[in-house]
Amino acid sequence: MSRRQKDILIWIGTFLVMLVICMPGLWVVLSAFRPNGEILTKPAVWIPRDLSWDNFRAIFGFGDAVVAIPVGSYFLNSLIISVTSTVVAVVIGMSGGYAFARYRFPGKGAAFLWLMLSRCVPGIALSLPLFIMWSWTGLIDTKLGVIIVYTAINVPFTVWLTEGFFRQVPRDLSEAAQIDGCTPWQAFWKVEFPLAKSGIASAAIFAFLTSWNEYALASQLTRSTDSKTLPVGLMDFTAQFTIDWAGMSAMAVIIIIPALVLTFLVQKHLIAGLTFGGVKG
Amino acid sequence: MAEVSLRNVVKRYGGHKVVHGIDLDIAHNEFVVLVGPSGCGKSTTLRMIAGLEEISEGEISIGDRVVNRLAPRQRNISMVFQNYALYPHMTVRENLGFSLKIAGKPPAEIEAAADEAARILGLQPYMDRTPGELSGGQRQRVAMGRAIVRHPDVFLFDEPLSNLDAKLRTQMRVEIKKLHRQVGTTVVYVTHDQVEAMTLADRIVIMKDGHIVQTGTPLEVFERPVNTFVASFIGSPPMNLVKGELRGGVVELAGGGQLPVPPGIQTPPEGARVIFGFRADNFMPVGHGLAETGPVALLELPVTLAEPLGAESLILTELAGVEVQGKMLNPRPIQPGEVLSFQLSLDRCHLFDADTGKSLR
Repeated sequence: MSRRQKDILIWIGTFLVMLVICMPGLWVVLSAFRPNGEILTKPAVWIPRDLSWDNFRAIFGFGDAVVAIPVGSYFLNSLIISVTSTVVAVVIGMSGGYAFARYRFPGKGAAFLWLMLSRCVPGIALSLPLFIMWSWTGLIDTKLGVIIVYTAINVPFTVWLTEGFFRQVPRDLSEAAQIDGCTPWQAFWKVEFPLAKSGIASAAIFAFLTSWNEYALASQLTRSTDSKTLPVGLMDFTAQFTIDWAGMSAMAVIIIIPALVLTFLVQKHLIAGLTFGGVKG
Repeated sequence: MAEVSLRNVVKRYGGHKVVHGIDLDIAHNEFVVLVGPSGCGKSTTLRMIAGLEEISEGEISIGDRVVNRLAPRQRNISMVFQNYALYPHMTVRENLGFSLKIAGKPPAEIEAAADEAARILGLQPYMDRTPGELSGGQRQRVAMGRAIVRHPDVFLFDEPLSNLDAKLRTQMRVEIKKLHRQVGTTVVYVTHDQVEAMTLADRIVIMKDGHIVQTGTPLEVFERPVNTFVASFIGSPPMNLVKGELRGGVVELAGGGQLPVPPGIQTPPEGARVIFGFRADNFMPVGHGLAETGPVALLELPVTLAEPLGAESLILTELAGVEVQGKMLNPRPIQPGEVLSFQLSLDRCHLFDADTGKSLR
C-alpha cells in the first residue's frame, strides 16, 4: 500500500469516528433549526429542507408560536449559579490545593484520599438526603441551595487539579520571592499564582461546565423560575403526551453555546509548560 | 557593616537533630565557604541564616540585629539558589528589578539598577528574554544579578555552580570571586566541592554531621587538618592515610615497614595506634619532584598505575598494603610494575590518633 493510500484510509477512519462522536451534537443543532414535523418524519429526513430561526423565536417569545417557557430566567439562574459556585469552588479548591502541595500536616494523605473518594459517590445518591436537609433549612428552590451543592461537588476536583499544578512550581521560587522582599502572600500572588494559572483556569472550566450541565440534583432541588436551571428547564418541553423536540433542541443549543465560547476563550490560557526554564532545565 | 554571627545554633526536625549547636563569626566583607559532604547540615545552616528555616535553638545575628524572628524579607539578604529559582514568567529585566518593584521603588530607579547589574554581569543582550530562553551560565548570571541589585548586607549562595558543566563552573567561579571584589559584601557560600571552597574562600568552614569540624583559611585547612576527615576531604587527590603503631620512636606500619615520626609532632606514648598521613604533592619520585630542603624518607615502591595529567602524572602505588598516590612532575612514560624511588617530605607529613582521628600536630 502506498503512503498516499494509507493517508486516505486514515482520513476515512478518522471521519467515521468523528461522525459517530459528533452526530448527536450535530443532530441537536440541526433539529434546533427545523420544524417539529420534519424532525419526527419517518423515515428520517437526513438533509434538512427547511431551516429557520422559528424555534428560537418561539422559545424567546417572539413571533406567532409562543412557547410558555421562561428561558430568560432559566438562563440567568444557570449563569448566576454556575459562575458563583465556580468562583467559590476555585477559591476554596485553590487554597486547598496549595496547602496540599506545600505543607506537611497530620492526616494529609487520608484527607486527600477522602476528598477523592467523595467523587466516587454518584450525585443522585445524595439527592434524597440533600432534599430532606434543604427542606429543613428552606434552601429548596433557591439559587443558594444549588450553589452550595455545586460548590461541594467541585471543590474536591479543583483541589486535586490545582495541587498537581502547584506541586510543579518549585518551592525555591516562593523562597526566592520572599528573600526578594515579598510577604508569603505576595510571593503567592506574584510568583506562584501566575505559574499555576493554567491549572487554575482548567479547574475553573471544569467546575463551570459541571455546574452548567448538571441535571440530576438540580431537578430535585429546584421548583420554579426562582432557581430552575437550563438543563432542568429542558424538561418543560415535555407535556403529558407530546414532546416539543424542536424547542428542546433550540434550548439545548442555547445551553451549549456559552460553554463552548467560554472553553475557547480560556483555552489560550491553558498553555502548559510555562514553569519550565525558571529552574535548571 | 554586616557581620554575621551564629551562637549555638541548633536545628531539629521533629526529634531529629541535624545541626548541633554551631558557633561561627563571619566578618564584614568576608567570603566564607561552608563545605562538607551531603547531609552535613551546611545548606540547613545557610537557610537558617536566610530565614527560610526556623532556628530551633541559639541565635543568629546580622549586623547588630538578632534575626531569629525576622522574616527573610526583613533580613536584607540575597540568595542564589542551586537551581537559580528565576521567575519563569518574567523577563530578565523583570527578574532583576523584581525586588526593587516589591520595595515600591520608582520605575526609573528600578530600570537603572537592573541596567547596572546587567552591565556588571554582561547581561545587556538578554534583558528582554525569559529564563527559558537562556543557557545555564546566563541563568546563573541572572540569579547573581538579581542578588546584587538590592545591595544586600549578606549574599548567600547555595551550591550555585553544581548544575553547570565543568568548564562553565570554572568560569563562573572566577566571576563570583570578581563580583565579590567588586561589590564587597559579606558572602556565605555553601558547596560540597572542596575545589570551589579552596579557590573562593577567605575562610573555609568544614562541616560534618551537623558539627563544625574545622574553620580556617584555605591554606590552614589544607596544611593543618585537625583530623583525618578534613585531611581526606580537603585537597585533590585526598591525603594518603596509612595505619600504624608507634614503636621505638618510629611508626611501624600495619602492613609492614616503618616511617619516621614527622618533625613537629607531640610524640604520643609508645604503642599508640596512629595514622600516618601525607599528600601526593609531598610524595614524588626522585628527580621528578621539587628540590627538598627538609628531611626526607626514601621509599622504593612498585608503580600500580600512572595517570598522566599533562604537566604532571598521578602515580598509584602501594605502601604497606595501602594504595597511596604520589605525584610526578615533568613526567615520563611509566610502566605498571616499574619500581621507583619516592621521596617523602617528612616535615609536611601528619600523624593522627587512630582512635579519635585527631591530628597529633
